[in-house]
Amino acid sequence: MGESGSQSEEDWAVQMRAALAGDEAAYRRLLDEIGRSVRAMARGAFARSRLGGADVEDVVQETLLAIHLKRDTWDGSMKLAPWVGAIARHKVVDALRRRGARQFAPIDDFEALIPAPEGDDPHDLSDADRLIGQLPPRQQDIVRSISLKGQSIADTAKRLSMSEGAVRVALHRALKALAEAWRRTSP
Amino acid sequence: MKTADFIAALAADPSPPGPPLSRRFLIALAAGALISACAFLAMVGPRHDIARAIGTMRFDWKFVDTIALAAPTGLTAWRLLRPDAELGWLAAALAAPIVLLGGSVIMELMMVPSDLWLARLIGSNAVHCLTLIPLLSIAPLAALLLAMRAGAPASPALAGAAAGLVSAGIAATLYATNCTDDSPLFVATWYTLATAIVVGAGALAGRKVLRW
Repeated sequence: MGESGSQSEEDWAVQMRAALAGDEAAYRRLLDEIGRSVRAMARGAFARSRLGGADVEDVVQETLLAIHLKRDTWDGSMKLAPWVGAIARHKVVDALRRRGARQFAPIDDFEALIPAPEGDDPHDLSDADRLIGQLPPRQQDIVRSISLKGQSIADTAKRLSMSEGAVRVALHRALKALAEAWRRTSP
Repeated sequence: MKTADFIAALAADPSPPGPPLSRRFLIALAAGALISACAFLAMVGPRHDIARAIGTMRFDWKFVDTIALAAPTGLTAWRLLRPDAELGWLAAALAAPIVLLGGSVIMELMMVPSDLWLARLIGSNAVHCLTLIPLLSIAPLAALLLAMRAGAPASPALAGAAAGLVSAGIAATLYATNCTDDSPLFVATWYTLATAIVVGAGALAGRKVLRW
């Protein structure tokens, strides 16, 4: 994997630039790849803190949400991996603290991690499900329609008799509210 | 929820996150400084003999100190908005106000007889200084913290402290035009104490409002 490290870094920055320019497919691929690395980092950190790995996927999702909402803090002239690593470390340490870990084992060098695919566990009682359930009903509907049901913005807009723009605005608000709700779960 | 499904929701939200961070930060800095300047003019304004004071070394040096405080700490606050921030040469620039102030204190101790040291240090505006600098820091600190919420600082408290430093630098620059105590002994004591108050407030507020 060491060899592909620099290669994937190059790809990450390129994919992020494409994503910022509006390429949704590139963005999806990038978030999936970032998720694999974050998952590996979180598993390692949880194991070292003897916290088990049951809710690693919650941290992965919270980190991906932070990466999404804070993506304009990435300096496009810099590498992407250190930026992703800093966000992931911040979120993983937060998650460890929340779960009562007293000591935070140093977290792996992000770029040297071996990516880990998502398990088959559907992860039914995830933080995301629980927190989405606290959103206003219309926002809940929109988030679930696009995530769980895999519908497009256009389909969702038609079904709810809303304009596509209004669906986008509601989705964005829902994601921000979700991040806020996640933050409130930290002491 | 599976992460793959969660990603679908993120990818469907392509809305650019508003005006760029740099613009928000600069607007906050300018607006905060402007509000403080107006408040300063309405409350006290510059000292009456300012025309004569300009050109005296001790008066002018106060601005070297306050601007040496505001400029590098402003850049630092901006840098710290990125989670992977590295200060680099800025870390050295942050020592500038301390070195400049320390140097002027040594000069003053050499130039002024020791029986005047205490009188110069205490001056006659200490309470004024400790009140006005924190008061004039409120607007820039509040504006900066608000804008900085869009950032992702690795340490929210540190980023808040940096916002406090730049706010205190702005407030001290304004206040220095009013204060008639120009001795570096006074500046090193009371300006520093006032700055510490603002930095403490910035760190506490940052810990709360800059969390992400």
